[in-house]
Amino acid sequence: MGRVAIIGVGQSAFVRAYPGSLRELAFEAFKEAVEDAKVKPGEIEASLICSAPEYDRQRSPAGVIAEYLGLIPQPTCYVETVCSSSTTGVIMAYSMIKAGLYRIVAVIGVQKMSELSSMEVQERMGRGADIQWESPFGTMMPAYYALYARAYMAKHGLTLEDLARVRIKSSLYGQINEKAVYRKPVSMEDFLNPESRFAQLVASPLRVGDCCANADGSSCIILASEDVAKSVCEKPVWILGVGSAAEAVTMTGRPDLSEGLRVAKVAAEKAYRMAGLGPKDIDVAEVHDCFTIAEIMAYENLGFAKPGEGKELIRAKETYKEGSIPVNVDGGLLSKGHPIGATGGSQVRTIVLQLRGEAGPMQVKDPEIGLVHNIGGVGLYGNVIIMGR
Amino acid sequence: MGKGKEQDTRFARFGVVSFTAVTKVNDFIGYLQEGKLMGTRCKRCGKLFFPPRADCFECLSSDMEWFEVKGRGKLLSFAKLSYAPVGFEKVLPYTLGLLDFGDFKVFGWVSKDIPEEELEVGMEMVPRVVRLEGDRLLYEFVKAS
Repeated sequence: MGRVAIIGVGQSAFVRAYPGSLRELAFEAFKEAVEDAKVKPGEIEASLICSAPEYDRQRSPAGVIAEYLGLIPQPTCYVETVCSSSTTGVIMAYSMIKAGLYRIVAVIGVQKMSELSSMEVQERMGRGADIQWESPFGTMMPAYYALYARAYMAKHGLTLEDLARVRIKSSLYGQINEKAVYRKPVSMEDFLNPESRFAQLVASPLRVGDCCANADGSSCIILASEDVAKSVCEKPVWILGVGSAAEAVTMTGRPDLSEGLRVAKVAAEKAYRMAGLGPKDIDVAEVHDCFTIAEIMAYENLGFAKPGEGKELIRAKETYKEGSIPVNVDGGLLSKGHPIGATGGSQVRTIVLQLRGEAGPMQVKDPEIGLVHNIGGVGLYGNVIIMGR
Repeated sequence: MGKGKEQDTRFARFGVVSFTAVTKVNDFIGYLQEGKLMGTRCKRCGKLFFPPRADCFECLSSDMEWFEVKGRGKLLSFAKLSYAPVGFEKVLPYTLGLLDFGDFKVFGWVSKDIPEEELEVGMEMVPRVVRLEGDRLLYEFVKAS
């Protein structure tokens, strides 16, 4: 069986409040990806619509979006692993093509969160936890990541300044990413000044500046079989390895919180094994920095740093564009914003552009292998995808 | 439509806001009412579960018995919330914590009686049942004496 390539990528701007409907938002990324792939919508043999439910009113949005994008009567379906929905979609599309059932599949990630207030969004995200045993205590995403942060900091001597360093790096690249929602510079002073908005606690020890923002956005990744990719695409990016994992929803079922996310470790091991590569082979990475602590944990769970030593990478600026392992040089979730279902596709797009040498001011020098780490919920689902030229 | 058998909806009383009313482990609420925090033990393989479960994923048995969560647990982590989801604004600020009892862990509130600066990872705590407004039940962690 031949290889599978990514032949087209697209992303809408990630914005606070998109002035259009869900299907219109999906169209923005789709149009860009189809034009990039130089295929016609009718040539796409199946689509996967990736999103998290309850942020808008449309039930079963896959059909509505497929119709709007001209993707019928080809099959479509909804794919959901909350924040990692669209990398789950990419991995499913990879499998569908690998199985020989389809030659070209479009993975569309989309989320419109602005129809709800921030507290309503937090309530829905809180119900992404265990609604029987944990949500009745008033859980929300920042609180869960704060539990990870506290346990990690107590064990490994990570400081609040280290967490701020992750956000400062993110803002450097957010400023040059035209599609990011947050494009202002951020300095250590923004975290140290108690009057500053960034310094306000959300769930201790995490502050406003440690958290990514909700956003509206869409992404689209078009995958194709090797023969199709070679005939239509000048710079196919090959999928070399994929890995996925799931974790206990409850905190009570989790291994040691100070070790980061087990799903990331398990998914990375699978993806590395499949690709026949290791952490040292990765030239550029996109990791799921929904909170600053998440990026530090990702360094370790992906093997870029030893357990407890993730902080050294950010202190030494090794994850900057010029460093030994550039991470999130598009601003990551912290600066781009996090439109749940669209996020993973946006990460894949960034790596594809990097490997093609088309990342503009964000371009890392001549990368050959890239990696995406996309997490659903609080380490509930994890996907790792390794790509090469 | 005929009148169906009345459902046991005690679980609707769990927590500040409950999202489910019916479960096979509804006796959990009955025990909370008596001031007891309970988990379940699989009678076939002996596995302990907290939160309690009606079914064992280890041996697939549904023959379970209740056990009381007793003694001290070690505080693995905690987070004090300054923002809350809809429905929880009135109880802000509150602190979530995770206690390790060795064979199982317990997730819950850390008592508001303890100032945040007195909390530290690794400290020993014990759970206690609390009654909330509107005949609702919850449990929280207090310092082990």
